[in-house]
This record gives sequence, structure tokens and C-alpha cells, in this order.
Amino acid sequence: MMFEYAPAPESRDIVDIRSSYGMFVDGDFVDGTGPSFKTINPATEEPLAEIAGASAEDVDRAVQAARKAFAVWSAMPGAERAKYLFRIARIIQERARELAVLESLDNGKPIRESRDVDLPLVAAHFFYYAGWADKLEYAGYGTRPIGVAGQVIPWNFPLLMLAWKVAPALACGNTVVLKPAETTPLTALLFAEICRQADLPPGVVNIVTGAGDVGAAVVAHPDVNKVAFTGSTEVGRLIARNVAGTAKKLTLELGGKAANIVYADAAIDQAVEGIVNGIFFNQGHVCCAGSRLLVQESVAGELLESLKRRLGTLRLGDPLDKNTDIGAINSAAQLAKIRELSEIGDQEGAERWSPPCAIPERGYWFPPTVFTGVAQSHRIAREEIFGPVLSVLTFRTPEEAVQKANNTPYGLSAGVWTEKASLMLWTADRLRAGVVWSNTFNRFDPASPFGGYKESGYGREGGRHGLEAYLAT
Amino acid sequence: MVWRPTLPRDARESVERLAVRKTYKLFIGGAFPRSESGRSYAVTSSKGEFLANASKASRKDARDAVVAARKAFGGWSGATAYNRGQVIYRIAEMLEGRRAQFAAELVAADGVSAKKAGELVDAAVDRLVWYAGWSDKISAIRGSANPVAGPYFNLSSTEPTGVVAVVAPPMGPLLGLVSVVVPVIVTGNTCVVVASGRAPLPSVTLAEVLATSDLPGGVVNILTGDAAELAPWLAGHMDVNGIDLTGAAPELAVACEQLAAENLKRVIRPPDGEIDWLADPGTGRMTAFLETKTVWHPIGV
Repeated sequence: MMFEYAPAPESRDIVDIRSSYGMFVDGDFVDGTGPSFKTINPATEEPLAEIAGASAEDVDRAVQAARKAFAVWSAMPGAERAKYLFRIARIIQERARELAVLESLDNGKPIRESRDVDLPLVAAHFFYYAGWADKLEYAGYGTRPIGVAGQVIPWNFPLLMLAWKVAPALACGNTVVLKPAETTPLTALLFAEICRQADLPPGVVNIVTGAGDVGAAVVAHPDVNKVAFTGSTEVGRLIARNVAGTAKKLTLELGGKAANIVYADAAIDQAVEGIVNGIFFNQGHVCCAGSRLLVQESVAGELLESLKRRLGTLRLGDPLDKNTDIGAINSAAQLAKIRELSEIGDQEGAERWSPPCAIPERGYWFPPTVFTGVAQSHRIAREEIFGPVLSVLTFRTPEEAVQKANNTPYGLSAGVWTEKASLMLWTADRLRAGVVWSNTFNRFDPASPFGGYKESGYGREGGRHGLEAYLAT
Repeated sequence: MVWRPTLPRDARESVERLAVRKTYKLFIGGAFPRSESGRSYAVTSSKGEFLANASKASRKDARDAVVAARKAFGGWSGATAYNRGQVIYRIAEMLEGRRAQFAAELVAADGVSAKKAGELVDAAVDRLVWYAGWSDKISAIRGSANPVAGPYFNLSSTEPTGVVAVVAPPMGPLLGLVSVVVPVIVTGNTCVVVASGRAPLPSVTLAEVLATSDLPGGVVNILTGDAAELAPWLAGHMDVNGIDLTGAAPELAVACEQLAAENLKRVIRPPDGEIDWLADPGTGRMTAFLETKTVWHPIGV
């Protein structure tokens, strides 16, 4: 049964959103000379602010500022760089609620997630890499920074992806030009303000705003030495082609179509929670989402019944409400893509199910959705939907589970649910994926390397491994 | 009854014995086929003298080699690291036994002195021994137990990338070749190698060494021919996971890196200058084709 809850909204007054924002170059907020754009609240479609758009010249100015700052920053003792990063981590903690509310407003994700997942991980990431800055000689990748890092990040975890990129880059002595996604620039710009509060030397962090063309200009800039991108495999390919023949070092964290394997002996209730967390966390806007459920045939009926019962209790609605489980889809374009692939799922003969779920009148929403009767050839089993849509397939033997799990060009993550340790390790051994969650899903930690096999990209973020991308090895 | 030669004594003395020459073929899936295209090309010594006709591999040969490498990947990557180390060490033993043959081939191919040629063979043997020892150590230095902030067992370990294409350097037909192939396979990858087009003969003789070293068929596949023709097919092949462009000329390397973007292959770019193959190779050629897998499991009762 569904309990009625009174609304419990987090106050949005904690954050002061200005009507317009400039880019952050060489320590100052400056106007852009490209076309400005609006960022909107996807839960209400109300415009939040007008954002300066960068032109190619603006990107060039940002790269020059980063180049100039590189001389200072790379020559600074690691222990001093560390202190700046610790300062930033502390200010993030101090302003965590403000950042969380701003993230939920701009992105549409539930405040419960931005407050309890994103922001703690952001602060932890800066703490973690701050500590590496004066210990690089013990890490095994040398101590020489690469130079100016051009970083392009997605809209699904705007501030967390910034932290994954900026913290290791700065710890290793590089300077950065970062391009946040055009639908979620606000927390990056608030982060710029935090850099100023921390007295970070001008030019060490530069933030240029705009759409894909601005990202392309950052990647293609001849004075950028290192490119880091998180986003779609399609754009990742373009970037890999673009840097071909240059000396630029490249790391890519791209799409996924993770299998979540449930064996017959799994603890069903825990598996159901893991499946829900795997695909409905952050509205399924997660590159490592467990979007393909592979369940052993003998327990498929029981598991699906449990899963559907559980999905009936999910609450979709106002992202700022503390009881909300499923927030808004980030943009009209993403909603259109989710709808299109789901309709293809219907057409190809899979059976669609969603719990009864009231959809708000304004904003971008998609109900939690489960497709059963899915074949490996179906597009909903092959393509990344990047939304709250689960495709369910079944298997009989462990060999079949592994074969189906690996039958994808992606290889970012996977899940395994069993109470038998040897079967878990046997399966984890054979899964061609960079992260394997067994009897859990969607766990992240700054000390733990994250990244993909195959077309999910290359390089690792997090842990000692994450340093390699930012050192000239 | 004792067999006696029928040739008269004086005739035997006047005719020099005609050497039995070797047919230099490709090495695919543990077998030595000719190119399916039927093509061959003349290989000459550093002085321009004819040495042999080598097979000129085609696109089809390259694709067959990828199929063989993929087929071998499961078994080789699934073998224990200890076993892979033993096999690589066995290659060193077999190469040592053919020291004179390889030295002679290097003298012919590169015009180096017999002494220098011997040193290069020795270095190739030593390199094999060095890499053999890495098989069960690389994961220890590249993996980690991660202290995450929660009740989780969290372990990162290395795994091979898959099928790797290798464009071997045109110079260094033995030491250079060994130095690019062995780091790829010791960690469990399988490979398709485009041998030096200029001096391919030692690569075919190396294939004979590999074939007698307990290395499973298909782990190393060697193509002789034109790198500019073969490398792009491998760079664009969707079942190849990585490509080492060390031996590719600058323009070819750029074209191959662009093709490699199609399925996000891991790429080693060609070096800026000449590589000193006698120098300490470091671990970079192994780690370029290693993936890191991180496994999480809750801790609890």
C-alpha cells in the first residue's frame, strides 16, 4: 500500500540564484562573446538563469589563462597544492546544502540524492586527492604534471563529475579548463565562487559555458595537453578521432548497458533493492546503471512480482521534496530519447509495465518502467536509454548469464547477486566490465577506481589509478 | 644390406650440395599458411641481394588472424599467470637454442657484424626472460585493495584488454619485434602482428620458435607484407581491442589512430624518435593493454 505523505520540501531560499552568470576565466567572472543561453528547472520548466556562452576566442583566453597559471601551480610544492584542495573540500562541506539544492533545481534529481550521495562524494573526492598532492612519488606514475587539462563533463552528476575531473588534475599540478553541460552549469559556477573563497590562484581553474561546440573547441585547442571527457560513446568517438595524431593524453568515460545478474539462490529482497537502486537511482541517468536485468529463469516470476510491488512504492515528483525517490528527467531532449526508445521496445514486442504513478503537469517526467520478454536483439537491450527503463531477460546457466552479460560493445559495470561466494567470484572474473558490484549496486568512493572496458572508454577515475591520467608517464 | 650412394666418387666431389631453402609463410592460429591472396614479395639483404620470397598478407589474412586471436583469447587469458610465465620462459629457451640461426638472419637483414647480431639475439632472449617474470607480478603492482568509506570489500585487479594489433618496428627485426609482442601477450592478451616489411624473415623464424614453445595457437599471429596496406584493416576492425602503432610511419599512424576511434581501441602512438631497444623497457607496453576491474562486495554477518 502507498502511504500518504505531507509535502516536505527543502527550502530553496538557501541558495541565491542570480539572474545571469558569466564564465570563470583567470579568476574572474567574465561575459562571453558567444550566444548566451538559459538554464531551466526541468521539474517546472521555469528558467533559472541566463548563462554566458563561450566563443572560440573565449575558450582560447581560458586556455591561455590556464597555461599562465600552470607555471605557478606546477612549481608549487605539493604540500601547498594539497592545502588549497583541502580548503576547497572544507568549503564544499560548509556550503553543501546550498550546492545540493542548486543541483536538484538545475538537474531535477531528488534532494535526497544530491544531499546524501552527490555532495558527500564531491567533498570526499577533494579530500582524497588533496592528500595525494604531496605523495605522488609513492604512487608509481612519476610526479610530472601534463599541463593544461581540457575537461568536458555531463549533466547527470554535474558537480560530482566536476570533482572527479578537477581534484586529481589539480593534485597532480595541472591547470584546467572545464566545460560543464549546457543544461546544468549552475553548480560549476558556484564552484568557481568557492575557488575564489579558497584564494586559489587565478587561472588554475577556468570554467567555460556553452553547448557541444564549446566542448569541441576545448578538446581541439592546440595548447591543451590532456583531454578528459565523460559523456556519450558517440561523442567519445569524435573526441578520440579529433586527438588522433596529437600528443594529447586522453581519458574517456562513456556509455554503458550494464547487466545485473540475479542467480536463483540470491537473497531476493536485497536483490530487488539493488535492482531498484541500479536502474532508478538518478532517474536512470547513470552511465553505469543496471539497465539489463538478467534473472535466472527459476526465480524470474517471484522476483518480478517482488520488484513490481516495490516499484509501486516509489514516489515521483518534486525533486526538492525530501520524500521523493524519482525526480525529473533532465531535459526535453532526453525525455524525447527515452520515449522514443521505449516506443521501439513496444514495437519490437517487449511488454511494458509501469506502476500507477501520477505525473506532474509541468516539467519533464518519465515513470519507472520495466520491459519483460526482452530479447538480446531488441534495441532496448542493446542501446543506452539513460532513463528509468529496465529491460528484463532471463537465463538458465551461469555460462549463459555471462555470455549474455558480455554481449554488448559496452563494458562499464555489472552486478551479480548470489549467496554463493565461489559463483560470485567466478562470474565477476568473466564479466568484461570495469566495475562489478556483487550483492550491491551503484556504490562509489573516491578511493575506488571507476571506468570501463571496450566502448565504455579508457582510463580510470578514483583511487591511485586516477592519478595516471594526470601525470606525464 | 648397406645402402651406398650411386654417384661416382669424382662426380660427388665436383657438385656443391644445393641448399634446401625455407619457404617463409604467415603464422596464423598456430599454422603456417601462405597468403590466401597467393601474393609474395622479394626480400633482399642490406646489400640488395635476394634472400627469399615472403608471403604478402592480404586483408583476408588479417581478418583470419583476428579470428584466430579472438578464439585463443579465452584460453590464454584464463590460463594462470604462472603458466603464462612458464610459456614465455620456454620461448626464451627455444630462442637461445637457435641463436646462430637468428644471428645469421640479422647479419643478412641488417648488415650488422656477427658479434653485434649475437648480442641482439642475446638481448631478445633476456627480454623474454624479463617479461616472463612479470606475468604473476604486474597485477600486484597495478592492482589495489581500496579503503572505501563503508563496509565493503573493494579490490582492483588487472585484466588483459583482448585482441591487440601490433605494427612492429621496421628496424630491429628480432629485438624490436620481441620487445613489442611479449609485453602484449604476457598479461593474457592475444595479438596480430604486422612484422617489419623490410626485414620480415626473422619474424617467420620467430614464429617457428613460438610454435615449439607450448604457446597455444592463435596467441601470436604474424603477418608479413606491407604495413601501410594491413594496419588500417586492423585499426578499423571491430573485434580488435587495442593497437600498438610503434612501427607505423607518421601518416599511417594518424590514419590508424582515427580508424581505431571507431570502437575506442587502446592505442600506443609511435615514438617521437628512434627507440633504443637495448634500454630498460619499463612497464608501459604492458599497462597500455591492461584493464582495471574493481569488484565490490558488502561486508556483514
